[in-house]
Amino acid sequence: MTELAWIDAAISAARPRALAALLRYFRDLDVAEEAVQDACLRALNTWPKAGPPRDPEAWLIMVGRNVAIDATRRRRRQEPLPPEETISDLEDAEAALVERLDDAHYRDDILRLLFICCHPELPATQQIALALRIVSGLTVVEIARAFLVSESAMEQRITRAKRRVAEARVPYEAPGAPERAERLAAVAAVIYLIFNEGYSASGGETHVRASLCEEAIRLARLLLRFFSAEPEIMGLAALLMLQHARTPARLDADGEIVLLEDQDRGLWDRAMIAEGLALLDKAMRHRSPGPYQVQAAIAALHARASRPEDTDWAQIDALYATLERMQPSPVITLNRAVAVSKTRGAGPALDMIEPLAEQLAGYFYFFGVKGGLLLQLGRAEEARAAFDQAIARANTAAEAFHIRMQIDRLIKENDPVGAGVPRANR
Amino acid sequence: MMYALLCYHSEDVVCSWSKEQDAAVMAKLAAVQEKLAKAGKLGPVVRLMPTTAATTLRKDREPPLVIDGPFAETKEQLLGFYLVDCASLDEALEIARDLGRANPGGSYEIRPISLFRPGNAAA
Repeated sequence: MTELAWIDAAISAARPRALAALLRYFRDLDVAEEAVQDACLRALNTWPKAGPPRDPEAWLIMVGRNVAIDATRRRRRQEPLPPEETISDLEDAEAALVERLDDAHYRDDILRLLFICCHPELPATQQIALALRIVSGLTVVEIARAFLVSESAMEQRITRAKRRVAEARVPYEAPGAPERAERLAAVAAVIYLIFNEGYSASGGETHVRASLCEEAIRLARLLLRFFSAEPEIMGLAALLMLQHARTPARLDADGEIVLLEDQDRGLWDRAMIAEGLALLDKAMRHRSPGPYQVQAAIAALHARASRPEDTDWAQIDALYATLERMQPSPVITLNRAVAVSKTRGAGPALDMIEPLAEQLAGYFYFFGVKGGLLLQLGRAEEARAAFDQAIARANTAAEAFHIRMQIDRLIKENDPVGAGVPRANR
Repeated sequence: MMYALLCYHSEDVVCSWSKEQDAAVMAKLAAVQEKLAKAGKLGPVVRLMPTTAATTLRKDREPPLVIDGPFAETKEQLLGFYLVDCASLDEALEIARDLGRANPGGSYEIRPISLFRPGNAAA
């Protein structure tokens, strides 16, 4: 790794805490953000020459604070002199600040920052954008690219989110215990959404998207450091790792989706699976199950099966049933039906999903599963109709292509003459 | 004499490495390790999972207390270790310097080993 890459990693690791501390200090998101930005730029100039500082976080906080104070002073020069005491306390001993970095302030600072970004008044899209901009320090261009929107639209989304936070007068003090649990759930949800955003796409932007998954895992680890005894946060981190471990096998060389049962399991990231399993193990010890832990347990059963036929579908069925009870949702029932089709056959599975047709009328995956089940039951015509509906609802080229392959298979089996027609003409 | 080289580094930093950066560091370290292995000086090499995967048993009370997380919250964490067979502390330091060039940042604590039973567990 080049020295610059190392400095880059050091800065991104130190950034959230530095920003969080500066936010405590200035109580203004824009000022704090600008201060960190300036400090990071100076770090990029200074560290390669002087070597990285012993404590990058303290360095960024110190420099960021001084830069912001200088700027304030310059602005104030045109104004009447400020009262002496507002300046004098800015010059307190640096040692005191560095000392404070080691104690519980850190935890509160980071929490405040995460809580602000995941403020309940913000819609989810703004929470995610704000968290990626503020906590992760991604540029607006990077976030815009990841979400497939224009730079100006993303800029606007973030500006709006900041304005709302300012108008909502978010208290800068860490919330009390009950509110804290609620906000923690909101933070976990945002991390989960960031991950899903990265996971669910494919094609030209795959690379950018995969880094969203990595960022989500980094944030989950960060959160876990502060809530080390929370089983659901362990479950969240485990879930993300167990799913992300499959990334190298999820798309083939042409960027097309490879189904779980067709994936080359040798490509799965074993180290990441091991860490996910270890975290899940820790979580289970608490005997306090929650949706993230259950989902992680399902992912773990897939990860543990060295061949698709070794998958413990009965256990997966039972886990989805648990999840259904915890958070009833047609999507969960749909997933459970897939497990049921493996244990009890396609017939009972189809019976399970048919009542969901109305609720999932716009859902690509519903028609994909339905088509697959009908296909297993030998009802080719109906399967074809379901696949057609799936294609109409596909979100990405890879999804559509995957369904087209199923249709091709149908055509090939039922109309051998048509087998010679190039795919593009069908 | 056997020495343990205990690797301390900020895991926030290490966890911020991209997959490519991580792989690049590992490749550089592997080159140093290969040299040591050829010279018959390299013992077990261990990379620990992040401290978030750790559990601590406090046995200073009865019954012992199980705590999620590492033994101590520190700025840099124990992320792994090497065992090397060296003639002197100087040689152990030289090896640590080599490894350090491949993986800058953080520290190696060089600790002579007083008891070593390799055991028979498969890695």
